[in-house]
Amino acid sequence: MAEAMLAADGTPLKRSLARALRRQKLRALALIAPLLLFVLITFIVPIASMLFRSVENEIVANTLPYTVEALADWDATGTDLPSDATFEAMFYDMFIAAEAKRHTRLGTRLNYETTGVSSLFRQSGRRMDDVADISYEPLEDLDKAWDDGATWYALFNASGDADQALLSEQRGRVARLSGSDASADINFAPDAQAAALLPLAAREYTAWAVYVATQDNRDPAERDPWEAVAPALVTDLQTADLSGYSGPMADMLRTAQQANLTVPNFTREFADMDEDWATLEPWQTIQTHAGTYTPGYFLNAIDAQKTPEGIAWQPEEKQILLTLFGRTIWMSLLITFSCIALGYPIAWLLANLPMRKANVLLILVLLPFWTSLLVRTSAWKVMLQQQGVINDVLVWVGLVADDGRLIMINNQFGTIVAMTHILLPFMILPMYSVMQTIPPSYLRAAKSLGATNWTAFWRVYFPQSVPGIGAGSILVFILSIGYYITPEIVGGTKGVFISNRIAYHISSSLNWGLAAALGTILLAAVLVLYWAYDKIVGIDNVKLG
Amino acid sequence: MGLPPYATLGQRIWYYSFRVICGLIFFFLVAPIVVVMPLSFNAQDFFTFTPEMLRLDPEGYSLKHYRDFFTNPQWQLALKNSLIIAPLATIISVSLGTLAAIGLSQSHVPFKGTIMAILISPMIVPLIISATGMFFFYAQLGNWMESTLGLDKGFVGYVKVVLAHAVLGIPFVIITVTATLVGFDRSLTRAAANMGAGPVTTFFRVQMPLILPGVISGGLFAFITSFDEVVVVLFVGSASQKTLPWQMFIGLREQISPTILAVATILVVISIALLTTVELLRRRSERLRGMSPG
Repeated sequence: MAEAMLAADGTPLKRSLARALRRQKLRALALIAPLLLFVLITFIVPIASMLFRSVENEIVANTLPYTVEALADWDATGTDLPSDATFEAMFYDMFIAAEAKRHTRLGTRLNYETTGVSSLFRQSGRRMDDVADISYEPLEDLDKAWDDGATWYALFNASGDADQALLSEQRGRVARLSGSDASADINFAPDAQAAALLPLAAREYTAWAVYVATQDNRDPAERDPWEAVAPALVTDLQTADLSGYSGPMADMLRTAQQANLTVPNFTREFADMDEDWATLEPWQTIQTHAGTYTPGYFLNAIDAQKTPEGIAWQPEEKQILLTLFGRTIWMSLLITFSCIALGYPIAWLLANLPMRKANVLLILVLLPFWTSLLVRTSAWKVMLQQQGVINDVLVWVGLVADDGRLIMINNQFGTIVAMTHILLPFMILPMYSVMQTIPPSYLRAAKSLGATNWTAFWRVYFPQSVPGIGAGSILVFILSIGYYITPEIVGGTKGVFISNRIAYHISSSLNWGLAAALGTILLAAVLVLYWAYDKIVGIDNVKLG
Repeated sequence: MGLPPYATLGQRIWYYSFRVICGLIFFFLVAPIVVVMPLSFNAQDFFTFTPEMLRLDPEGYSLKHYRDFFTNPQWQLALKNSLIIAPLATIISVSLGTLAAIGLSQSHVPFKGTIMAILISPMIVPLIISATGMFFFYAQLGNWMESTLGLDKGFVGYVKVVLAHAVLGIPFVIITVTATLVGFDRSLTRAAANMGAGPVTTFFRVQMPLILPGVISGGLFAFITSFDEVVVVLFVGSASQKTLPWQMFIGLREQISPTILAVATILVVISIALLTTVELLRRRSERLRGMSPG
């Protein structure tokens, strides 16, 4: 057994080397770290946020928390409407949502699933005050003091112990509803005794106090509460036992209890507002899509939807996305094949010409490659229009009558021609670099052994050029299924791709969840293809220019 | 691959028809770009050749579309924005990208494959998907910068677009600079260190001059990526950050104006200049590396 070798400073050589290696690694990482961090924050996180958005569905539970809770054990496949308690919960949820102007957003969200929900929510939101007034007006007639915010504040603001649990629960409710912070200090805390005696009214008053204090920056002590506290109070008074109560406004509460004011019949009020509330459909929609995470957008992305009975296809007239996915793939394949057909002869010519001539011709390939995408797209618009260059030439030659000009733009033909042109250099360059490595002597050898030109090409040359075709094809296919600009400009309605649909949902229909789901599917497809590309060609072989 | 003197008639026919086919394909590649140029001098607001132009009548030609480009405030705003955004994005991608490429070309880098995949990903992910992800995230980022940091809205808009374009340019810098570094002779840095130069001096006096062609061509790629990019800027930016491609895109989609052709011609000229530069740099780089020992 030999003695351990020592470095100059006396430490064992092994350890000394390991330390040097570690230092080298750390230095390399320190050089990479700033960029890695930059790419992670500015690129990877945005992509991850898109993936998250495609399944995220907090809006239903955030906007209608009590309704979702009340609906949890309702049998959506039966024939009975939800319970009266559900309608009551819906009223309080909808009231605050309408005050915060969030009900229309939820309506829009649910409208993606069931057409008509949007207008139902929008119209009902406006009517919530009327329902609340059914209790508010008699209460006010009974004693003018109920019309004064100070009365309510005195009733619910903590004189003894405060109910901190209720306060933080309502802070959470407001924060989730409004999508902004609701943790600022407010000049209010619910009184524990009042909250125990009048739970519903305390809840609604606290929610209001949190809302005005954190969202409107007003002091709840000086403002009048929303009318929704009135039905809540009247409901509470029906069962509250006031005999032992001696807190603020005790007399007013007793008077109100004896007056036996009517609680609105929420079920009937909703049915009066819009008869759709008396049908199962809106409730089924809310219950089916109540979850915080939903596969719903992905189902929509493949023309399916979630229903109370499970997963089903969308109605016939709404099924467009699968067709669009199919068209995207089909047209990308056509573009890839046209690129092969046009690129192969060029690559062959370039690889077999003397270097000097080939370099000159290569410029003709690189020029379009380097020219702005929009320049090339506008060029095709100029060429293909009905009053464009190609039609003019055809009319001038006499092949086409002046009134029979060809329609070559705003259809699939336009997209395929323009994209073939744009992506052709991506096919030629990999083919060319593979063909350069095929020794021309192989062809000569084949011919000297008696092969015809065709046999020599097909049996000897072509098989060796297949890797180039594969590399170019995958590259062109990947690029083309994600294309947006060119189909948007020359594709019309028939020649657009799935990416145009994504852009439409982002900027026009604002169905961001569906856009994110479509994007995720497309991303998955591209990553799979890249994985294949890496296996076949190797990512390291990507060359520029 | 000339035609042998003993070629049969069929071979001759094939030889020439193959040449014709190739010529037609080259025509297909170049014609649309070439057609744009004369049309941009059209005296009429048409997208096609007028009879005057075909007769080569000077009346049929004019510079009015170029004049429009240089006087129209919309186009000038777009040009200004492009000239602000693209250089800034290029500076970020080149500085961060070169450092990282040097780090990546060291012999022992842990997780090299994963890091490389992450750094290259902006080039792999289709632009529409990058744009979608950035749309969601950068809106929140912008709100945060405006409300928490109290920054000006217009400034935040530029920051968002510059960051987005910088990250799109990074893969090109990484690829070109690492490719240059493959041929870099490490004994040169050791020799410099041996003669007493610190790491910083070594970097700027020895390594940088040798890899400079790669850095510049990476920078040109990053520049052209930003200068030519439209999808991400459409989603991330607002109208006050509209760039030349944005203005062209809107022009092509909505009101079609021949000024686009004038802009297109200018851009083609710029890209020819860039292409030439990159080609010259590549040759210089090969020559430099050929001269270096080892």
